[in-house]
Amino acid sequence: MKKSSSLVMAALLLAAAGTSFAAGGDLGQTTKQETNWTAIVMFAVFVAATLWITKWAAARTKSAASFYNAGGGITGFQNGLAIAGDYMSAASFLGISAMVMGVGYDGLIYSIGFLVGWPVITFLMAERLRNLGKFTFADVAGYRFQQGPIRIFAACGTLVVVAFYLIAQMVGAGQLIKLLFGLDYGYAVAIVGALMMVYVLFGGMTATTWVQIIKACMLLAGVTFMAIMVLAQYGFSPEALFAKAVEVKTAIALSGKTAALAAASAASAAASSPEAAASAAAALAKAQAIDPAKEGLKVMGPGVFLKDPVSAISFGMALMFGTAGLPHILMRFFTVPDAKEARKSVLWATTWIGYFYILIFIIGFGAITLVLTNPEVADVVKGTIKGGAGTANMAAVLVAKTVGGNVFYGFISAVAFATILAVVAGLTLSGASAVSHDLYATVIKKGKADSASELRMSRITTFALGILAVVLGFAFEQINVAFMVALAFAIAASANFPVLFLSVLWKDCTTKGAVIGGFLGLISSVGLTIVSPSVWEATLHNPKGSAWFPYMSPCLFSMTIGFVGVWLFSILDRSPAAAAEREAFASQQVRSETGLGASSASGH
Amino acid sequence: MSDPIVDKIKRDPKYLELRKKRNGLGVLLTVLMLVVYYGYVSLIAFNKAFLAQPLGDGVTTIGIPIGFGVIIFTIVITGIYVRRANSEFDALTKDILKDASK
Repeated sequence: MKKSSSLVMAALLLAAAGTSFAAGGDLGQTTKQETNWTAIVMFAVFVAATLWITKWAAARTKSAASFYNAGGGITGFQNGLAIAGDYMSAASFLGISAMVMGVGYDGLIYSIGFLVGWPVITFLMAERLRNLGKFTFADVAGYRFQQGPIRIFAACGTLVVVAFYLIAQMVGAGQLIKLLFGLDYGYAVAIVGALMMVYVLFGGMTATTWVQIIKACMLLAGVTFMAIMVLAQYGFSPEALFAKAVEVKTAIALSGKTAALAAASAASAAASSPEAAASAAAALAKAQAIDPAKEGLKVMGPGVFLKDPVSAISFGMALMFGTAGLPHILMRFFTVPDAKEARKSVLWATTWIGYFYILIFIIGFGAITLVLTNPEVADVVKGTIKGGAGTANMAAVLVAKTVGGNVFYGFISAVAFATILAVVAGLTLSGASAVSHDLYATVIKKGKADSASELRMSRITTFALGILAVVLGFAFEQINVAFMVALAFAIAASANFPVLFLSVLWKDCTTKGAVIGGFLGLISSVGLTIVSPSVWEATLHNPKGSAWFPYMSPCLFSMTIGFVGVWLFSILDRSPAAAAEREAFASQQVRSETGLGASSASGH
Repeated sequence: MSDPIVDKIKRDPKYLELRKKRNGLGVLLTVLMLVVYYGYVSLIAFNKAFLAQPLGDGVTTIGIPIGFGVIIFTIVITGIYVRRANSEFDALTKDILKDASK
């Protein structure tokens, strides 16, 4: 039993921690539940409301500029909510609460990793991004560089990150719809694909932002209510909640010990050979060594998460710097009117995300005390939720059912699903911007495309990306979602981030350096992930131990390659063009620091 | 590629003051954040027992306030920067731009 509980733990950690990240998470393979009509109706209401907003937004989306950045008219507070919405994904909501239910404290360590990148973005990047950029991060990275090569790189970086992220979200949606609504996988992929296309095609950034804001408000209201109701059961004393959770976990460990002892003595009685007797004796000794009280207390302290220091650092770097290279997050800095609002939006985003993670921790403990003790929904002896594969992800929604009844349960399920929809819309929009603004308008048309044809191009791309997302969703049904998102974060940190960072802050950076270094980061992060155990062994079925890259995240190495690449090829670049680019740094620096000539709110 | 306004700003002592103050604060706070976060991660990597010791008589461990503390620290440190940037630094920036356009 100890083995099985540690297996559950390992699976959870692998699911929620080992390879998964904020906006994706391993929702894993799930088993279809009963059809949940309340949730479906609630979701339909959400869709109706957002479609109405899309109609309103469509009237304002007349130019390419308003398609990309909502006319720059979003306030810092609104944008903060939208950024937080991008972050408070189905995976952080369902995945982290499931992780806290399984292993307790480790869930907190995991969530903190996502938060700590934000201050660094604020201090070093946010206002420079806003001052230099207009629509895409290539505007910033390529401010003083040759437009062709840098935009091609930026579009590649964007599309690769978006593609992996999209796969994760589509597959996650398919797995979630089975759990939350009790519908088949295919419905989810089709619903998400179709609705997302409507939002983005007609409403552009305005609709995409407002869908995200509404979802963020609903989710924050929902988790606030849940956390209050959980705490209310324990007289608002966290200590009482934790004590009860330890008691539940101790009881689970005790029943595990009893079962293990019984199994071991049965095996020893039935043993016919000395080897079998020896292994039974070993199992017996192991079972006897279990101290249930100690096992129960484990939820209150750090466990197996972040075991080897290299993985820990590598993982931390991907979280911290990946955020600063995610195109769908970066584009949100261009929707606010000025640097002041850009800063405010990060402060609001950080506040909401931090608040959210504290509540999720409480809700996870609520799941231990309220859900794992309820024989109707959980196997109280083993300490797991009933219903087959992937049901640990139901932790938060089952807490909702316990504290708020069926209607609230439906509401939270609908919100969890809406989350994916909102994130997918943002991703698609950033992919479409990269193609129409960076590739079509700047590279192909050399900046001479008129707004109407650029807008047409972005809509065609949106349509194509929507179809692609649906196809990928069906093609990759079996893929490990967590790994896809991990890859997206690692690529963003290794390719987009070094280029963005050095082009803005380092005088000697040149086009050649940025493009070659960026591609090296891109290729190495994808390559190292392929030869890491999670892909080489788990996905490609090579023998165990044959993966030559042993760590769970490539970021420490690939991000270093990206940075060194940009640096090396920049200093080696002695061309006259490079000299001119270095010359232009002073002007770029003044503009990035003062906002001189920054594109104004109305986007021309 | 020389822009007269840019050159003027570059020579403006206020601009130098802005750079010095803002970049100084930014770097200081970044270092603080890195120290706090990687300090926390090092505790997890090298001294799990410290975080797992109970706080007083109950089951609540010292790790709980420390973990929540890191979250709150993150929000507060962002707040400090944004507050100063949005008042002091923005006023200075406004002055610089006004002087430059004279």
